[in-house]
Amino acid sequence: MILPEQEIQWIAAVTAAACALPGVFLVLRRMALMSDAISHAILLGIVLAFFVTENIASPLLILAAAATGVLTVTLVELLNGTRLVKEDAAIGIVFPALFSIGVILISRFAGNVHLDVDAVLLGELAFAPFNRLELFGMDVGPRTLWVMVAVLLLNAAFLAAFYKELKLTTFDAALAGALGFAPGLVHYGFMTLVSVTAVGAFDAVGSVLVVALMIAPPATAYLLTDRLPRMIGLSVAAGIGSALAGYWMSYLFDVSIAGSMATMTGVCFGLAFLFAPERGAVAIARRRHRQRWEFAQTMLTIHLLNHEASPEAATENRESHLHEHLRWEPVFARQVVRRAQGAGLVARAGGDRLALTDRGRTVAREVVAAA
Amino acid sequence: MSAVVPLLDFLGDYTLRTVALGAAALGTVSGALGSYAVLRKRSLLGDAISHAALPGIALAFLLTGSKATLVLLAGAAAAGWLGTLLVMRIVGTTRVKEDSALGIVLSVFFGLGLVLLTHIQKLPDASQAGLDRFLFGQAATLLHRDVVMIAGLGAVALLVAMLFWKEFKLLSFDPDFGASLGFPMRAVDVVLTSVLVLSIVIGLQTVGVVLMSAMVVAPAAAARQWTDRMGGMVALAGAFGALAGVSGSVLSSLTARLPTGPTIVLCLTAVVLVSLALAPNRGLVWEWVRDQRSRRALQTDAVLSDLRALARQHDSLDHGHSIKVLEAMRFGRGGARSTLETLAERGWARRTGADEWSITPAGLAEAERRAPGKDEEERP
Repeated sequence: MILPEQEIQWIAAVTAAACALPGVFLVLRRMALMSDAISHAILLGIVLAFFVTENIASPLLILAAAATGVLTVTLVELLNGTRLVKEDAAIGIVFPALFSIGVILISRFAGNVHLDVDAVLLGELAFAPFNRLELFGMDVGPRTLWVMVAVLLLNAAFLAAFYKELKLTTFDAALAGALGFAPGLVHYGFMTLVSVTAVGAFDAVGSVLVVALMIAPPATAYLLTDRLPRMIGLSVAAGIGSALAGYWMSYLFDVSIAGSMATMTGVCFGLAFLFAPERGAVAIARRRHRQRWEFAQTMLTIHLLNHEASPEAATENRESHLHEHLRWEPVFARQVVRRAQGAGLVARAGGDRLALTDRGRTVAREVVAAA
Repeated sequence: MSAVVPLLDFLGDYTLRTVALGAAALGTVSGALGSYAVLRKRSLLGDAISHAALPGIALAFLLTGSKATLVLLAGAAAAGWLGTLLVMRIVGTTRVKEDSALGIVLSVFFGLGLVLLTHIQKLPDASQAGLDRFLFGQAATLLHRDVVMIAGLGAVALLVAMLFWKEFKLLSFDPDFGASLGFPMRAVDVVLTSVLVLSIVIGLQTVGVVLMSAMVVAPAAAARQWTDRMGGMVALAGAFGALAGVSGSVLSSLTARLPTGPTIVLCLTAVVLVSLALAPNRGLVWEWVRDQRSRRALQTDAVLSDLRALARQHDSLDHGHSIKVLEAMRFGRGGARSTLETLAERGWARRTGADEWSITPAGLAEAERRAPGKDEEERP
């Protein structure tokens, strides 16, 4: 027997993984905000299908919602195609309109039936285990879990089947078109997949968290690697990690699960932003710091090389002269000299006169020659 | 019918007047300032700002224990500002693109806001009631002093925009040129972002965080269709915003179970659709009419030229040519029959048989005038 708490964690993890897969390509194709548009607009599809079937569990709801997602993409492209509005404005016009129709329909006609706007927008994972799936009279687990497993498998299958096409259309759409890969077809197929994923996840975690799970983990992975397969793997890992951490955060503080998961995806991205090995803020700051000193030391060796063995060497090649010649503050100059001494590039030749070591001379000559 | 009676004594109804004034003020401000966001292709920044404001509202309440609108809006503005700053920082220092940065900020901040709201809900002494109106907006909760504040803050935002008119214009169209003239474009960007945040924050109570972005994008996108001048666009966007704000909020106040935010958004969408269709010059309807006209003109040209070629080949103006031949010469592009009727009306072609046509001397002269010296050798 699985406890409800464990079931919730399973749902969270599977949803995160299912969202991360298409999310990678959304981020790479610079269409991240399409997930925002789709996850809001599908509300209209769900509401309309609900009015027809009057059954919240009907599979027709998922179909209709996915169709609305594709409709959103089509409308945005149509609007963009008139060249009267830019794409960002087109997105900003289409999805609020569709979402508004959905919200108004719910509050006017659905009354207090199972559909209410807060649940749709915010999701409530805590209730997911109460909605069971029964097969042949046997309870096989929460319905949401199975829906998300199916979506995850679908995404994995689509990615496996069309990996080459997706990769090519993402990184070089023109080449893909020239080679006959039909970028348009791949695009719409992919957008259908995003819509289906958003619908499934939306049921579990609400529309805003769908955006968090689709975008933040792939963006995190984007900071960590240059290879697509690794980025996919890292996205899934970051998504699952954030989902579970979010669950425990909500457990500890007794707050919204979906909100906590979204917060954790942000924390995860923040960590990568700060500490990613090559591209993190800390790594960049350290690199800049190191390069600043290296550059200064190289400047010093070149300066010394220029005046070495010349009449003015006695005045030029002094630590106290660096301020005048290289515009270095005396404190900075002293530090540079100390570091250069430590690196074996420069030696003191009595008083504050400086001389190049053999190593320093080689370094300076190499740089000058390369320039 | 029940909506008609209150509409009549609209001016006398205190609540309605408050709501309408508030919505007009916020529509004007967000519409006018949204013009800059749209022109700079940053339409969705408004979405990020309004979502990011949610945790600010919750935190302001948690820290002060006050539900005074000004306190909550100060929190919203601070958080919205921080969100924008983060987006710029992420885009500026990493390879993560603007769309992803906006998506992350809006969803993560919103998630944090939910966490805080659920936390507040469970506090023993405070009910969250009043804070969740910020999700979808509730015009009916607007009080007189809220409207005064919206109008006051909005006036400040508009005043700043007027003072920085030239700088904002430079920033929107050619920031590099602005920098070369010695304007501190970064600082100008900060000022513009600040007034945009301000214009969004004052709308949260009425429209809600989820849909506030439409108040920024839609009026400007509609106004852009009617004019090519910055001043005209800003003024018109403000007017559209006010129009949609008033009609949406009044409709929603008069009708039960009609949430304000979505109603205003649908009014805006209507304005956008009308503008896209009917705006002079750019409107899709006029474009279609122009297309049809030039298609007719080109068809007339082509069929007349075909008739001349046939007349020259047969060396006779009286020889009738079957319409089938003329259609074949159009390579299936159609329109031969209707074009021949037009030509006949102008006296450039005449019917010689049941379905046979030939060119008239006047038509020959016209064809010569349109395409001088062009003869059958060019049309093998």
